[in-house]
Amino acid sequence: MSEEMEMEEGGGAVKKFMFLNRKAPYGTIYALEGLEVVLISAAFEQDVCMAFVDDGVYQLMKDVDTTGIGMKNFSKTYRALEGYDIDKLYVERESMEARGLTEDDFIVDVTVLSSAELGALMAEQDVIISH
Amino acid sequence: MLHIVNKSPTERNSLDSCLRVATKGSAVLLIEDAVYAATKGTAAAAKLEAAMADLKVYALAPDLNARGVAGRVLEGVNLVDYGGFVDLVAEHDTCQSWL
Repeated sequence: MSEEMEMEEGGGAVKKFMFLNRKAPYGTIYALEGLEVVLISAAFEQDVCMAFVDDGVYQLMKDVDTTGIGMKNFSKTYRALEGYDIDKLYVERESMEARGLTEDDFIVDVTVLSSAELGALMAEQDVIISH
Repeated sequence: MLHIVNKSPTERNSLDSCLRVATKGSAVLLIEDAVYAATKGTAAAAKLEAAMADLKVYALAPDLNARGVAGRVLEGVNLVDYGGFVDLVAEHDTCQSWL
């Protein structure tokens, strides 16, 4: 209750947050930890979006089966983001195409942006968190 | 000898270094994020295909599966499981991990 009031007093200052992902999943812990941060951020009711650039686009691949490597499969978590009101997912076209991928290869619906469009979107943000 | 690469070709230059140095008849095993190099439509794929004339290329299947790219593997890449990984290490006198 008191927490809610503090949020209100925060002045309705909803900031634009972008989480920029540039790392492939599973090879390092960045993608999983980054996703945890995004989910936590949902609790603060900010204007959140995610962008996937470079090897980060590999985080969105379909048909992931991690049983052979004994790691948790967190790919389906990207589909749960919508339930947290995080529905703005952007993929940089240049990164996607350089990896021979199309939108159909992804587990969620995304908006594909050119590098210039992504750059403009980044410039609009109040905060960019990159991993 | 056996060369083992575990870094994405679009994030590090490990694969480039490996392919530059590896001598004819050597084996290259791609594991972890290096398996992306064995997938179609990437810049690394062309390099790897050219290298396959002189080198035998392997990729660890569990890592391809975990990354959702098992259906995109280049022709000529040999898939191995963890048992096959051990066999490769045992078969070759020398191993280099391009960490």
